[in-house]
Amino acid sequence: MDDLIADFVAECREMLEALGGEIVAWEAQPDDRARLDSIFRFVHTVKGNCGFFEFPRLEALSHAAEDALADCRAGRRVPDGALVSAVLAVIDRIGEMVAAIEAGENMPTGDDNYLIDALAPGAEGAATPVVTTAADAATKASAAPRTIRLSVELLDRVMSTVSDMVLARNELARRLRESENDVHVDGAFERLSSIIAEMRDAITRTRMQRIENLFVGLPRMVRDLSAELGKQVLVDIEGGDVELDREMIEMIRDPLTHIIRNAVDHGIEKPAERLRGGKREIGVLSVSARQSGNQILIDIHDDGRGIDGKKLVDKAISSGVISKEDAAQLSPREQLALIFEAGLSTATEVTAISGRGVGMDVVRSNIERIGGIVEVDSRLGEGTHMTLRVPLTLTIIPALTVSIAGQHFAIPRSAIEEIVRANGESVTLEHLGGAGVATIRGRRVPEVSLASILGLESNVAERDRTLIVLRPAGGDVYALSVDRIHDHEELVVKPAAPAVMATGLYAGTTLADDGSPILLFDAAGIAQVGGVRLEMQERTARIAEGPTQAASKSTPVLLFRGLDGGRRALRLAVVDRIEEVPASNIKEAAGQVRVQVGDAILPLAGATKAEIGEGKVRLFRLNDGAHEIGYAFAEVVDFATIESDVIHSERPGEISGVSLINNEPAELVDAHWLFANHVGAAARKIEQLVCLVPVWDPWMQNMLRPLVEAAGYRVIDDPQDEAADVVIACQGEDVPDDTSGKTIWLRSEPEAAGKKDQSIYRYDRAGLLMALKTAGAGRNK
Amino acid sequence: MNELLLIVSIANERVALPAAAVESVVELESLIPVPRAGPHVAGLSALRSRVLTVIDCMRSLELGTTDCSDGIREAAVVELDGHHYALIVDLVEDVVEALSDPTPVRAAMGPGWERVSQGMVETEQGPHLLVDVAALIAGSETKAAA
Repeated sequence: MDDLIADFVAECREMLEALGGEIVAWEAQPDDRARLDSIFRFVHTVKGNCGFFEFPRLEALSHAAEDALADCRAGRRVPDGALVSAVLAVIDRIGEMVAAIEAGENMPTGDDNYLIDALAPGAEGAATPVVTTAADAATKASAAPRTIRLSVELLDRVMSTVSDMVLARNELARRLRESENDVHVDGAFERLSSIIAEMRDAITRTRMQRIENLFVGLPRMVRDLSAELGKQVLVDIEGGDVELDREMIEMIRDPLTHIIRNAVDHGIEKPAERLRGGKREIGVLSVSARQSGNQILIDIHDDGRGIDGKKLVDKAISSGVISKEDAAQLSPREQLALIFEAGLSTATEVTAISGRGVGMDVVRSNIERIGGIVEVDSRLGEGTHMTLRVPLTLTIIPALTVSIAGQHFAIPRSAIEEIVRANGESVTLEHLGGAGVATIRGRRVPEVSLASILGLESNVAERDRTLIVLRPAGGDVYALSVDRIHDHEELVVKPAAPAVMATGLYAGTTLADDGSPILLFDAAGIAQVGGVRLEMQERTARIAEGPTQAASKSTPVLLFRGLDGGRRALRLAVVDRIEEVPASNIKEAAGQVRVQVGDAILPLAGATKAEIGEGKVRLFRLNDGAHEIGYAFAEVVDFATIESDVIHSERPGEISGVSLINNEPAELVDAHWLFANHVGAAARKIEQLVCLVPVWDPWMQNMLRPLVEAAGYRVIDDPQDEAADVVIACQGEDVPDDTSGKTIWLRSEPEAAGKKDQSIYRYDRAGLLMALKTAGAGRNK
Repeated sequence: MNELLLIVSIANERVALPAAAVESVVELESLIPVPRAGPHVAGLSALRSRVLTVIDCMRSLELGTTDCSDGIREAAVVELDGHHYALIVDLVEDVVEALSDPTPVRAAMGPGWERVSQGMVETEQGPHLLVDVAALIAGSETKAAA
């Protein structure tokens, strides 16, 4: 408690000192907004703290002053000489009380009520004595806190020396552990150790600065800006006491300034416009900071016109940032995120303040450079909300140490989203064309193995590894598989030598407690080296996600046991209903096993006459829309979904392939084949067209394949298998030219390379289907 | 004229490093490899709580690989642009005084040597090749890229 009171006193003193000049200036000019604001802040802070510490008199005083000032701020009251005097008297009294608290004395006696009464509108008195004491207070206060100025370089040097000292201590600790020791030596070392820890704390705190330093210039800046633009803006600042690494404050100064300029210039409307929109003519811009874990969140909120996402999209399309197709798929949030693209601005005209097209992209890159994130949220007509998230400090990074092939590495904790075991229940690992894909609770994320990125041999089996889900600044998530996870550590990170940084994998080096060097990974760098595409950011990632989900959507199947005991599955959609018929209803007639169900006679599949036996037989009624087939079975096992890869059978038949369903293999019944073979000659003639889809391309296999199959093609992977009617290939790829069929070329860009370019954009679904159809028609002739 | 030179041997060749650039001569114990770094980066090591980037001079000169498996290697510690490097050498021999300014070597040297050469200096022990520390650290790859 004493500590807190000391903090409170120091804070009040500091503010009183800062106010010294302001009070006098405010007295000379009672309508000065900025002064009013800072005095308001002071009484507001005092009030808040008093409530906490139980200083009722201080609280009553500051509360009264706050009320009066709030009225002025809200425009309900015009500050006049009398009010100024009364407020000054209150501040003066607060100063006296604070001094008394500091000295540990009793509160100066006296009645405060006359001071409070003087604050009421129309009150008189207390004016004369105050002026002199105010000046006194100013001079008194300025002498109070003992501070000196230090050059920043010196501070940095001290900081880095202390870091080295900590590392030296760690090394000494290690050596002491190794050798046999005198108890006295150990004791002395313990003492040294704790002193060093204390010193490190203190020094770290010297690097920390209240974010106030950053905020203090804002009211003035906004005032000047709004005056220039003919707007009225009230700045509300909160959380100035949040502490942040000094270097960090410098790094966010420019981005913050920029965001605020934007808010005033583009966000908040002119008074007349605001009134028309049913808002108060004074716009409110609130800036607040708070600490959340090891991050600092800075919110900038304005109640202006908001950002028009559609306008942004139009602009983005016209400036070629995104294509029309992509734009159509953007979620509102992603539309807003376009504001961070280079060269976009919604301002219709360029003003002196902002709107020159250099802007939010720079803001974002600056914030991301220090490991932070910018988020934007906006409602048209209601305002815009920007959030900056920045790490607390640059040099000491909380990190997770992991090992791969016996070597230790560190990963910054800020980039880690979650950690899962590769053999965990909700996790599956698959390989598509050599690329790893991890499915974590239904979410597909690219998986890269640290061992293969680093070219190290890992002796830990893939199943036993641990997946770390990483979200690099501004990028999309991916999973990194490592051998083992060790510890959370706060690491003092130093930049690595250029030759090491050139790999793009590392963010720096540090020393572990055992004195050995550890490399700190750069999460974005790993992704890049590992071939995970991050540069497209959320927007494109989501577009690609759509088709992925469609393709990977698991197929619901009915799992059953056949009459021969085989575990089989049928697609649920083709099963009409389940019937039970007496075995005597099943006859071999006209060269086929047929079953009588009610009035209908259906071809029966799934069993020969010999297998049926006596008693009752259960069968599925399968329906293709025109014909019906019966399929005999022994028992239904379960409803399930096909989630694993399907291994297709070598030749067409009743069973189209095998897949793992509920962790046991099951045969997939090919309904198409059933109908083709049982419904009669007409169906038998239609041969499925064969389409060759390159097996090495995961995109083709996962996204394109279902589409091609849905179009009635049978897909083969290997041109050796049989002649394909249609071959699908990516542009620029070599295709085996001995194929007799037609080749459909796909390109990855929406725009064709030229008139002669016959290729089809790979997400052009209509175009693709058309091409498939044309190819099929050619074959049938 | 009277610049001090540290005579070391790399790949059985006695060469001179400017002694002023060398902070200390150490025996490296542990070596932490840096996956995917250039081949001449042998790894990282710690010296008095500082991280040293260890450069294998033989690799840097494209003369083969120093065998680091037996553990302790002699290395010269230098600082370049705020980073500390340890240059693995076969042997640190002596410190001698330079008796002349470096003069170009007119005979053809190996390509690796050519790259790091700052010329020939006379010493009491005969002529030695003066090696450019920065070029040694840069290694062959950056040179190729430039």
